[in-house]
Amino acid sequence: MTIQEIQEQIVSEFSMFEDWMDKYNYLIEMGKEVPRIDERFKTNNHLISGCQSRVWLHAENREGKIYFTADSDAVITKGIVNLLIRVFSGQSPEAILEANTDFIEQIGLKEHLSPTRSNGLVSMVKQMKLYAQVYKLKQDN
Amino acid sequence: MNGFTASELNELRNQFPALHQHVYGKPLVYLDNAATTQKSQLVIDRITKYYSYENCNIHRGVHYLSQEATAAFEDVRAKVAGFIHAAKTEEIIFTKGTTESINLLAGSLDGFLIGTGDSVLVTGMEHHSNLVPWQQLCKRNQAKLLVAELDDRGDVSLAQYGKLLEQKPKLVAITHISNALGTINPVKEMIAMAHAIDIPVLIDGAQSVAHMRVDVQDLDCDFFVFSGHKMYGPMGVGALYGKEKWLEQMPPWQFGGEMVDQVSLQETTFNQLPFKFEAGTPNVAGVLGLGAAMDFLNQTGLEKIGQHEHQLLELAIDKLQSIPGIRFIGSANNRAGVISFVVDGTHPADIGTLVDKMGVAVRTGHHCAQPVMTRFDVPGTVRASFALYNTAEEVEVFAAAVQKAVNMLR
Ligand SMILES: Cc1ncc(COP(=O)(O)O)c(C=O)c1O
Repeated sequence: MTIQEIQEQIVSEFSMFEDWMDKYNYLIEMGKEVPRIDERFKTNNHLISGCQSRVWLHAENREGKIYFTADSDAVITKGIVNLLIRVFSGQSPEAILEANTDFIEQIGLKEHLSPTRSNGLVSMVKQMKLYAQVYKLKQDN
Repeated sequence: MNGFTASELNELRNQFPALHQHVYGKPLVYLDNAATTQKSQLVIDRITKYYSYENCNIHRGVHYLSQEATAAFEDVRAKVAGFIHAAKTEEIIFTKGTTESINLLAGSLDGFLIGTGDSVLVTGMEHHSNLVPWQQLCKRNQAKLLVAELDDRGDVSLAQYGKLLEQKPKLVAITHISNALGTINPVKEMIAMAHAIDIPVLIDGAQSVAHMRVDVQDLDCDFFVFSGHKMYGPMGVGALYGKEKWLEQMPPWQFGGEMVDQVSLQETTFNQLPFKFEAGTPNVAGVLGLGAAMDFLNQTGLEKIGQHEHQLLELAIDKLQSIPGIRFIGSANNRAGVISFVVDGTHPADIGTLVDKMGVAVRTGHHCAQPVMTRFDVPGTVRASFALYNTAEEVEVFAAAVQKAVNMLR
């Protein structure tokens, strides 16, 4: 699926939730299922700054596609991270670089991506794109 | 323990427009008062009135508006002096808040009082605002920062504090009330201990002025600093109190208009107190708003406010302690209306996010006191802090919201 299709799928999933409780319960479940970063990568090098909760992110290039793993000590953050991973993992660097994250707003989680929020999800998206940029440069060379 | 009657409390709440709103469709329960309090209509009206009809630069014009605004501004200075029981009005310097007051002091005392090889004593519970300026001053001067440690309840060990005083620091800088732990420090005793060997003391009153009666002469502190916005007043205004004997001798910190006497291209002589420390156009509207906030506090009565907030604190402890795995961070003997906690198996940020959805505004994180978090080995805490307008029902809503959040997270 393309990034766009996955985003649409997530938006339609979220549209079924009646209230915020269902939505957050779902995020908490998603958090528990995040593709877990290898313990040896849980270092300061992989820590996203600007987080009230700590988030570690790792990326790997397999046959031209990027695969992300992550962890966080806060489960809701981890749930949102997992949503982002679902959208971006397995995509090409070009697709990741071009993609927007409007779906976050559409599913009513905008406040988690606002620059005023100190949970670092903005930095998280930036970091994912940075990985894509690096792998793209490597490919082009 | 009296506090307010139900109708008194209701009347008080009616003076705060911000309290009467819904967030996410739920009535707002505002428990982040240690960060900033809401503003009473009196304060808002005072600011509006100034900008609508009185706006003018002060201390300079001979015209009517300038004279009126100057008089109103200076009236508030006298009011601040009265509010904290300073001996003299000139001992009150207006600043933009606690942080600027402390930076003013650190800037002025650098090289004047504190130099190479000296030391400054703080406690392990200081807000970054009363830590980093001293730490950096020490760095600039190869001076030493001495830190009085906290015990497991969040109290300063007076024995260790006494030992550190023996190293003869040039200044002691301690908070009156910890914003992260709620600890009320025995500052009068700590000041007396420092004065016994002639060491001046700065008290960070950011968390105390709106919650208890402060008498700087009775405390005998050399400096006292606070912010207007944590006492129902506007943001961007606060004060530095200093004993005249210090302020007279201290060099100015910032330079510019207003703080000077005679200026030639080569030389400048400085204005007298308090103007020597007030460079540039001040926040006149803010100062007038602060005056209205102090009137409001005086009318309401700090004693009653303290009692009321203490009742809310006791109720909150009682309601929260039945949550399995809860751990209160800070349980000092003498504490203010601040309650900080973590719950096993959950992250403070997650609890904050979920209770927010239930209309409850609390603070999560390190509360600008990272060394305190390190001391108690937590990534941060959830903090609720009470103000005069909070109600017992709100505390119940808050405790139920935390319980619900914990159930969701575990
Ligand atoms: C104890 C203490 N000191 C200093 C400050 C800083 O105050 P301001 O940001 O108003 O300068 C705060 C505010 O959180 C505080 O709680």
